[in-house]
Amino acid sequence: MSGMDTRVAGGVGASALRPDGTLKVTGEFAYSSDLWLDDMVWGVTLRSPHPSARIRSIDVTPALAMPGVLCALTHEDVPGLKFHGLDHPDTPVLAIDRVRYQGEPVALVAADHPERARRAAAAIVVDYEVTEAVTDPWRAAFDPSCPKVQEGGNVLRHQPVRVGSVFEAPVVVTGEYEVGMQDQAPLGPESGLAVPAEDGGVDLFVATQWLHVDRDQIAPCLGLPPEKVRMTLAGVGGAFGAREDLSMQIHACMLALRTGRPVKIVYGREESFFGHVHRHPARMRYEHGATEDGRLVYVKAEILLDGGAYRSSSPAVVGNAASLGAGPYEVPNVAIDAYGVYTNNPPCGAMRGFGAVQACFAYESQMDKLAEACGISPVEVRVRNAVSQGSRLITGQVIDSPAPLAEMLRELEAFPLPEEPAAGGRDLRALPGGVAQTTHGEGVRRGVGYGVGIKNICFSEGFDDFSTARVRVELAGGEPHVLVHTAAAEVGQGLVTVQAQIARTELGIDRVTVAPADTRVGSAGSSSASRQSYVTGGAVKAACEAVRARLDKLAEENPGLTLPELLERSGPVEETREYRHRPTYPMDPVTGQGDSHTQLALCVHRAVVDVDVELGLVKVVELAAVQDVGRVLNPLALEGQIHGGTAQGLGLALMEEIQVVDGRVRNPSFTDYLIPTILDMPPMRVSILENADPAAPYGLRGAGEPPTLSSTPAIAAAVRAATGRPLPRVPIRPQDIALPA
Amino acid sequence: MPLLWVKLHGMTQDGPTRRDVLKAGATAAAITPVLTQPVLAGAAAPSGAITLLVNGERHQVEVEARVTLLDALRERLALTGTKKGCDRGECGACTVLADGKRIKSCLTLAVMQEGREITTIEGLAEGDELHPMQAAFLKHDAFQCGICTPGQIMSAVACVAEGHAGSDQEVRDWMSGNLCRCSCYPNIVDAIREAAGR
Repeated sequence: MSGMDTRVAGGVGASALRPDGTLKVTGEFAYSSDLWLDDMVWGVTLRSPHPSARIRSIDVTPALAMPGVLCALTHEDVPGLKFHGLDHPDTPVLAIDRVRYQGEPVALVAADHPERARRAAAAIVVDYEVTEAVTDPWRAAFDPSCPKVQEGGNVLRHQPVRVGSVFEAPVVVTGEYEVGMQDQAPLGPESGLAVPAEDGGVDLFVATQWLHVDRDQIAPCLGLPPEKVRMTLAGVGGAFGAREDLSMQIHACMLALRTGRPVKIVYGREESFFGHVHRHPARMRYEHGATEDGRLVYVKAEILLDGGAYRSSSPAVVGNAASLGAGPYEVPNVAIDAYGVYTNNPPCGAMRGFGAVQACFAYESQMDKLAEACGISPVEVRVRNAVSQGSRLITGQVIDSPAPLAEMLRELEAFPLPEEPAAGGRDLRALPGGVAQTTHGEGVRRGVGYGVGIKNICFSEGFDDFSTARVRVELAGGEPHVLVHTAAAEVGQGLVTVQAQIARTELGIDRVTVAPADTRVGSAGSSSASRQSYVTGGAVKAACEAVRARLDKLAEENPGLTLPELLERSGPVEETREYRHRPTYPMDPVTGQGDSHTQLALCVHRAVVDVDVELGLVKVVELAAVQDVGRVLNPLALEGQIHGGTAQGLGLALMEEIQVVDGRVRNPSFTDYLIPTILDMPPMRVSILENADPAAPYGLRGAGEPPTLSSTPAIAAAVRAATGRPLPRVPIRPQDIALPA
Repeated sequence: MPLLWVKLHGMTQDGPTRRDVLKAGATAAAITPVLTQPVLAGAAAPSGAITLLVNGERHQVEVEARVTLLDALRERLALTGTKKGCDRGECGACTVLADGKRIKSCLTLAVMQEGREITTIEGLAEGDELHPMQAAFLKHDAFQCGICTPGQIMSAVACVAEGHAGSDQEVRDWMSGNLCRCSCYPNIVDAIREAAGR
């Protein structure tokens, strides 16, 4: 196009630095917990101590009598609809007559000081009649005598997958597997500031993953039209799925509207563990049948996912577990049943890799068993069954873009292994146990393991999944300048960087500002399912193309003028576009068949571990990954995503579990819920492939989640190789290694 | 209309240090994080005036004895760069320097820090010129969401000053008190090693 150089620096493919990076390294970036208004007051939530109870009465008068308290609210004070929910409004804003999990919000207090608010909340008298808590998901699903957590029954979704009819084979391996309840544990607690407005509405500044779905749940509960709930994204201190459901949003707005004052709510760390959903714990039974040379004949599986008391995103988690339940392998015969179940355990929903993570641990453990049974290597068994472009998934969906799994595995296998130091020459700090120096190397065994994962990118099963972008080109200080405005949530993944890069590439203008995300522009959908580069990236690209077309026309009509001269004449040029990926379709409720996903992404991992087999301590020595991302938009940010996803998979493999006993969380702190430290995370070797998906913008493939899938089974396999233990459960605990049952 | 501080990130390519001030709907919001109203005004516990020396400036504040240094920084001095991730010494997001030594500001009371020279993330850069550690974190993309980053950087500055950045392994050993949930650890090691001059 005339007057434009589309090869400006910092475009697509460059390691452009984060535009918010300087603010983040100087401490100026305003996270939701940093917001402040001079006349604000503090909101605090009273939560249920019981996993299951009837509420006979709530008496807030003791709280109201305390100094500094402005109001105390219960479900009776919810101005509109009393329920919210991502998929279906089943979650009470505040408990009505009963509580279904420990930590369920029961009442709210606003006071002029956070400590006063806390004490006032504690003074509220709730008369509970404790009832039987349903905590065994098997019983919840299959025992008709089990109490019902929700009126419609305890199975919230059962998704079968049925293909073929041959369920006999020369080689059969079986296993029962468990995945513990993982937590997203973002370091930024749930927090935000609600400011009552003169028009009776409310302005809410909050850390979330999806502004519009928040607004569409908040407004009906406040009895307000959506346009009176104006939301702006505050700085997000990590998300990983934890911010997909509402936490304090409606509560802060209710308190603000009642008191007429800005209300800030910030959860503490312990409250945060009760204030968001977790990764579904899973129990899985698998049976794989294969030929003697390790080619799969059939996969049978039952996958049970404990959703806790409310739906959240459980239906999608069940769909992923079912449709991806056999992994990226060609299997002619399949009988999988995935169930999502209501219990009185902590509520579960989205976390990085949702549904696909749990199944991946089980089917990869099975592939290792199969390799052993057939006398071939773990890589070989995977290569022999690997999908490729043109393969049919168990849902009947054909993989219509590159999926070079066998090549990825061969590349991974060819990476040199880290050296194993001689027994005398070891740095003791690098051994399992680290600086605690629990060994000089005696009892330490090395193991190597492989894992493969397949993840659907974007929302699936017929969801109308779109994003909106507004792009404006205008003169600023005599130079062309681009303003990109979307509602897409930057949660640390680097989406603001990518939006600016796309604008630079499409418009050839290097000065780009990405406006703060808010609800003054159309929905961008959620920052989840690895979808934002694809969908919001696609929307920004489309809006830029529309702007460019107008600028081209202007240039044609005014030959010889430069871009600044054109803009001087025309004024700002602005276009807004919605972008949708290809439609997807629901899974057949009986057979599971259907093109339920729009894009599929692969990642493979190799783990090398040292295990002190006497003490059960594990040190991950190296993690290597190969991932096909279609097209790299930003190499630096992409590697960070692979590191991060890998580390969260490491956490699930070795340390992270919310321990629940009788429906109660036993470890709501970072002392007792362990996430990987810099010492736990080994050096990584990463290889990135770019086999483009022709259906996606720039050919890109979503990248944030796949590494989270494959690192867990790779590490588990490596620990099995080092110890000879079956280890059917993650996280692997020291006693599972040192004191097996 | 209430003043103060609904500030959010302005993400510009050419002026990344600019802080956009957003209008909070009908409310005219404005500028500068200077808190004038003591958070603890009227509270019952005894309080007293202390002088905190933070980033080279003396601040006289009235605080109750129970107020942590972290809360004093964030809620009294409006230095919100220091983050509260757990408030019990587990995560390291609140790391600051006291007389050059790294401490977790949630584990010490403000009154105990009188007379010490406190450095927070806001005190590292010289005007618009980033501290080498800040620049290295930026260059190596050693953060994603960034909420642990002020603590990581303060800890890293001390780690280098202590002479504990001689190898990748040493950096890991001496940075293990700062959690990063985005797990930017490989890049954090690279950034610290570069800032330490390898």
